[in-house]
Amino acid sequence: MDRPTWAPVEVDVDRPSAARVYDYWLGGSHNFAVDRALAEQALRIVPELPEITRANRAFLRRAVRYCLDNGIRQFLDLGSGIPTVGNVHEVAQSVAPESRVVYVDSDPVAVAHSRAILAGNERAEVVQADACDPDAVLGAPGTRRLIDPDQPLAVLMLALLHFVPDSDDPAGIIGRYRDAGPSGSYLVLSHGTDAADERRAGMKELYARSTTPLALRPPDAVAALFAGYELVEPGVVYLPEWRPDPAEAPDEDPARFGVLAGVGRTP
Amino acid sequence: MSRPAEGIPEPRHRLGLAALAGRGRETAVGGEDGPCGPDVVGGLAAAWAEAVAGTSYVSMSRSEIEQHLAGLTRQLVTALLAEPFDPTPARQVGAAMVAAHFTGTETLNRTVALLATELPARLGLFRDGCQGPVVERVAAVQGALAAGYAEALRQRTLDEQEAISQAVFVARDQTEQALRASEARFRAVFAEAAIGIGVGDMAGRILEANASLLEMMGYSLEELRQRNVRDFMHPEDAASVWRLYDELVHGQRDHFRVEKRFFRSDGEVIWTHLTVSLIRDDRGHPTYQVAMIEDVTDRHLLQERLRYQALHDPLTGLPNRALFLDRLSRAFETGGRDGRVGLCYLDLDGFKVINDSLGHDVGDQLLVAVGQRLDACVSAPGRLVARIGGDEFIILVERSGSTQDVVVIADHVLAALEAPIRVGEHELAVSASIGLVERPVHGTTPADVMRDADITLYWAKSDGKAKWALFDPERNAREVARFTLSATMPAAIERGEFYLDYQPLVRLSDGQLVGAEALVRWRHPEFGLLAPDRFIGLAEETGQIVPLGRWVLREACRQARLWQDRFGQRAPFISVNLAVRQSRDPSLVADVAKVLAETGVEPGRLQLELTESAVMGTADEPLDALRALSAMGVRIAIDDFGTGYSNLAYLRHLPVHELKIAGSFVEGLRASAADGSHVVDARIVGTLVSLAHALGLGVTAEGVETEAQARRLDDIGCDSGQGWYFARPGPPDQITRLLS
Ligand SMILES: C[S@@+](CC[C@H](N)C(=O)[O-])C[C@H]1O[C@@H](n2cnc3c(N)ncnc32)[C@H](O)[C@@H]1O
Repeated sequence: MDRPTWAPVEVDVDRPSAARVYDYWLGGSHNFAVDRALAEQALRIVPELPEITRANRAFLRRAVRYCLDNGIRQFLDLGSGIPTVGNVHEVAQSVAPESRVVYVDSDPVAVAHSRAILAGNERAEVVQADACDPDAVLGAPGTRRLIDPDQPLAVLMLALLHFVPDSDDPAGIIGRYRDAGPSGSYLVLSHGTDAADERRAGMKELYARSTTPLALRPPDAVAALFAGYELVEPGVVYLPEWRPDPAEAPDEDPARFGVLAGVGRTP
Repeated sequence: MSRPAEGIPEPRHRLGLAALAGRGRETAVGGEDGPCGPDVVGGLAAAWAEAVAGTSYVSMSRSEIEQHLAGLTRQLVTALLAEPFDPTPARQVGAAMVAAHFTGTETLNRTVALLATELPARLGLFRDGCQGPVVERVAAVQGALAAGYAEALRQRTLDEQEAISQAVFVARDQTEQALRASEARFRAVFAEAAIGIGVGDMAGRILEANASLLEMMGYSLEELRQRNVRDFMHPEDAASVWRLYDELVHGQRDHFRVEKRFFRSDGEVIWTHLTVSLIRDDRGHPTYQVAMIEDVTDRHLLQERLRYQALHDPLTGLPNRALFLDRLSRAFETGGRDGRVGLCYLDLDGFKVINDSLGHDVGDQLLVAVGQRLDACVSAPGRLVARIGGDEFIILVERSGSTQDVVVIADHVLAALEAPIRVGEHELAVSASIGLVERPVHGTTPADVMRDADITLYWAKSDGKAKWALFDPERNAREVARFTLSATMPAAIERGEFYLDYQPLVRLSDGQLVGAEALVRWRHPEFGLLAPDRFIGLAEETGQIVPLGRWVLREACRQARLWQDRFGQRAPFISVNLAVRQSRDPSLVADVAKVLAETGVEPGRLQLELTESAVMGTADEPLDALRALSAMGVRIAIDDFGTGYSNLAYLRHLPVHELKIAGSFVEGLRASAADGSHVVDARIVGTLVSLAHALGLGVTAEGVETEAQARRLDDIGCDSGQGWYFARPGPPDQITRLLS
């Protein structure tokens, strides 16, 4: 049964939350014992996780800059998580102060924290909604206030869709967001993949206990999510391979990150 | 944070270090080529960036990191070389690292190591082997940086923990508010709903009820809470209601909707639409049931009243035709193979007279009184008295045992109506005629019994008043056949279903064929070949005899003409029967003349046979017609002579040429008759013959069956004979053959 939109979501800190676990790997302290326990367990399976999360955030920074360079001034960050350093509005507004950012997360704690951080920032909004419900997201007052549907829009789904099972029709969801922006809009995506790595199975089991179970996808399925977009160079690649910082030494084994990234643009 | 942290050595050798550096305090900072110059600082920053690369999550590109670290390096160099030496600024560098998120454990490790090696080395501080004070200063700077770092990290950790707890708190608060708001909304919906809502547990205990429900049921919440859902069973509940309920409390269905009656606390019955829904917990276990109850009693009563009105006669209050028909067809549906049903269909005798003479009011009151008497003496379970129109009532016996049952009822009813009925100042004597039908339901239909009851009532009426008649299937079949025949006769004439047979009339003296009687037959498509006795009487009743007689006349004359053409003078005359009604038909003479003219038959070759009564017992017009026919030359015969009370004397005034003596007299002339009766008959016949001859009339004997009869008749002087002895009626060929 559908819950009416005005019915409250439960706040359950006895179960680990993806947002807080992620924060822990990034070295943050926005987390609780249950979150850290899960994070530590995950680390025993995939010790590179802190590195992976850092690479994901670095991709976020590079991708947002790329969008800014291409004239984008409004961002919709879906599954934005717990604010840390280098959040989208920080990156964007440091380059173009007029940039507008809407953060969307379903985790009420992440949302409450984001609101506290963003209090006073007129050009940023936090919307608590299910990213899989584009109507709710696009129709939220915060989104309507900041996002101009006639201007190109960058939709960010970083480390989000691997929490969305096929039964929720991720491609359809992306399509709805794609149709919400004019041509020249962007999709920024990073997505955990289960390519040739049996360790990921352990991860899935682990996450099954959290508020957000895991739905890793093979690379071709991730690439398929860009339907209706033109992929910008270099296409769908492992995190560190996407337009790397020239000052940085190229990574020898980018595949070990297990997370694919890409940016698409609507024609 | 300006106070040095505990455990960090106090700076020493201030001057020594300055001297070693070869720089004045003033030039220590900012000089282009000094230790804080871009190359030294830049080189150090690059080395630092390289050392900590990838050890912390910072949101900066590599060059941004180097730039950031260059600022911090400058601060460190300045602190290291300052006179007097003060490591405190290094604390701020530690804090700044945390602020930029250089918080990885390895980052601090590598930074401290770098300070110990790269910093003094790049500054050239080890050049003169005077390492003591430098080492101490470096250690102090390291310590201050680590302290500032630790302090800031601890602070940040606390801040973040505080922030996330705060976020949880806020989120919970909002959730609770939202919950409270939603709860308040639900409460309002629950409390103020016009519909009754009740919540019960799975054992059927009632936990909650809103005001509407309490009012509807007439209980207080406390009273209701002591009751179980099953206490609200009503004897008239459909069996399905409690089956659905059981399925629901066993988790086999999630809701159901029924119509149901409830007893209120005051015993009154209310009619409701009831919807019960199952509420499950998170794991899907049934936990509560919610009932929504809408009171539709008023609607129901209105419907009931309308239904009652639709099914009852407003005058007498008895069931009306619609209800009667409904019950009748139900009796058929439930009767099965062996069930029987009975109807008493009654109609007041002479009601119209009362109505017309005493007025409708009296008539209506009489009907009411009759209705009451019927109801009183008949109504019982399985019996229904209905008024089905005007002064017609019907009694339905839904499961009768035998015909005797309805007969008993009919006798009762007739007896009950014997006592006069008082309406106002009038004492009215009434009686009724009753048609009874009683039979097994199997093999018949409601429409059949209704029609038969109607027919039987008609019989009862025509049998005389205050009587009942019982349906008689044979009588009915006869009447049906008669009705069918008379109804189909006109079309049958047109379709040529009638034809004529001819029976020879023979001269007794020489056996010569002199005439032929035309006899009409009906080849009926359904009933087969019909003799005249089956339809002539009927045709007389309905008047069809006139067109039929006309057809017979024409057809017979057509045949006579054929014989006339073929046999000339030897051709037989043709004898055609005229019914009474025909003989009185004003157009008879004209019709005959026309047919003769059309067919070209000589009038003398046509004989019309009439019965005695047709010729004698009547007024003048028929006689005039007969005289006119006679004048035309047509022969007139009296058929079946001797069976009526003929006024023999009168015969001589009549235009008659021939007497046909009835077969009953001729029968007595059989030679074998042992009792001597033939002697009497012979005398009678002889008298008739001599009388006829005296009047100049010819005599034909009918029904001649034996040669002996023929001989005696001839002896007596009878002119002609007709009968099986000569020939049976047959097709015209038979005559033709006899003549040829
Ligand atoms: C791993 S974090 C990623 C955070 C950030 N996007 C990043 O890449 O650094 C995933 C976030 O997505 C959120 N999330 C998961 N499913 C979501 C959904 N259906 N709608 C909105 N947010 C969702 C989680 O609460 C969590 O904060």
